Amino acid sequence: MSTGTATRAEVCAAACADLFRGDGEIVAAAVSGMVPALGARLARLTFEPGLLTTDGGPLLTAEPVPLGAPAGDVEGWLPFRDHLWLVLNGRRHVVLGASQMDRYGNSNISCIGDWERPRSQLLGVRGAPGNTKVNTTSYWIPKHSRRVFTEKVDFVSGIGQDRGAHDLRAVVTNLAVLDFATPDRRLRLRSAHPGVSAEEIAESTGFDLVIPGEVPETRVPTGEELRIMREVLDPRGLREREVPS
Amino acid sequence: MSAPGKVMDIDEVVGSLESGMTIGIGGWGSRRKPMALVRAICRSDLTDLTVVSYGGPDVGLLCAYGKAKAVVAPFVTLDSVPLEPHFRAARQAGAVAFTEYDEGMFMFGLYAAAHRLPFLPTPAGLGSDVLKVNPHLRTVRSPYHDGPEDGGELIAVPPLKMDAALVHMNRADRRGNAQYLGPDPYMDDLFAKAAGRTYVSCERIVETAGLLKEGPLQSLLISRSHVAGVVETPGGAHFTLGEPDHGRDERFQRLYVESASDPEKWAAFRDRFLSGDEAAYQAAVRAWREGER
Repeated sequence: MSTGTATRAEVCAAACADLFRGDGEIVAAAVSGMVPALGARLARLTFEPGLLTTDGGPLLTAEPVPLGAPAGDVEGWLPFRDHLWLVLNGRRHVVLGASQMDRYGNSNISCIGDWERPRSQLLGVRGAPGNTKVNTTSYWIPKHSRRVFTEKVDFVSGIGQDRGAHDLRAVVTNLAVLDFATPDRRLRLRSAHPGVSAEEIAESTGFDLVIPGEVPETRVPTGEELRIMREVLDPRGLREREVPS
Repeated sequence: MSAPGKVMDIDEVVGSLESGMTIGIGGWGSRRKPMALVRAICRSDLTDLTVVSYGGPDVGLLCAYGKAKAVVAPFVTLDSVPLEPHFRAARQAGAVAFTEYDEGMFMFGLYAAAHRLPFLPTPAGLGSDVLKVNPHLRTVRSPYHDGPEDGGELIAVPPLKMDAALVHMNRADRRGNAQYLGPDPYMDDLFAKAAGRTYVSCERIVETAGLLKEGPLQSLLISRSHVAGVVETPGGAHFTLGEPDHGRDERFQRLYVESASDPEKWAAFRDRFLSGDEAAYQAAVRAWREGER
């Protein structure tokens, strides 16, 4: 199978898998969408076999299961209360979503507008404050836009580098992989997905993204990774609905 | 002598509540919510409630009926539909006060209240705007260490005290011992211990001797010592997830969301499903389902 045929969603899923590289025997908490869940299970089936993954619910599965499939054999139990304790324990890397994010990685899922009387009430902070304070945190943004990447978030749900975040690993979007590897830990373009220009990414970001002189291309999944995604972990192609090609 | 029986009906439970109370509601999002009791509150003349909840359509319905003066929650969601339309509308209209906590902070508030502690310390919430919008929150320092390695300050989460709590369980006996049979207890035992009194609705009341035929010892989540009343309400969590007795009624949940988009549609939804008692609701849902086929 040619690796040149990977879809954008597959590139994103492999980038999400890479988030967990080196994490070892911790819970991969992919709580914000199909693509990060696919990435976590792909990492476990390839280069990070120690990872613990869930069925999308409270079961830690003996083996990585296809998206939406029953858990099969179970190796552990992680009901919500234990998820919340595990946040404090720290053996957990979470992939969150965000409706807004600023240059330091402060994120908002609470509301748009004035908190006292919001223009748009969203979810509420959920676990974002605690997750970002004490867990390794990454983000998945399926639609990279100036609405999301904004100068100032309306409400700080997840804390950024300037507010004491524990470890913000990276941000995977439908266009690029971003990280915080600058001296002042501002968002930086790490790699652009194949077929996406640095200009398009800059244009879709509402603040000055740090863009290196040479922008690497996000790696494409290997033939084996594509086979696992297509035949094993996501034969129904749920990833493609989250990131249209 | 045997333990006192505590079987009540829905209206007796709601009749024992008073306007202005703080009411805890178990479950999580759109999962195992005591919806029959919530529907009965909507029919009642109760007002000015403060609702403490990992919020779902319980919070939404109470907002839609103007019953909630204030909501204490880390989120309000329908899970498969991310945003709760009535809660959104209430917030955007400035119709409801909101105490917004991190999920872990909220759990510590439940643990503190359940164990009569003045607070529990946690780093969750530090640095976020949760502190900005909750000026009542204070921080503490560890008395054992005071170095940067401890992180210094911790939030002292105060107890989430409640006058009453409502939870929906899979089974219970007449004495008030209550059992969950799904994969997640949520925080229902903590609500039961935190509240001044707790009412359990359940899918089925069984004999005490039959509880362990239904599920393992570990499924006996709530002791009768924390329960004031038990109500048998088959389908009482509808339309939320009530596994293993029933899944979430996704189609009905979508109807609920669509109906919320427009005052006329909402009036029609109310008339059709929520204008009568619980038996009328269940009958209307069955009729709707037949019509959908």
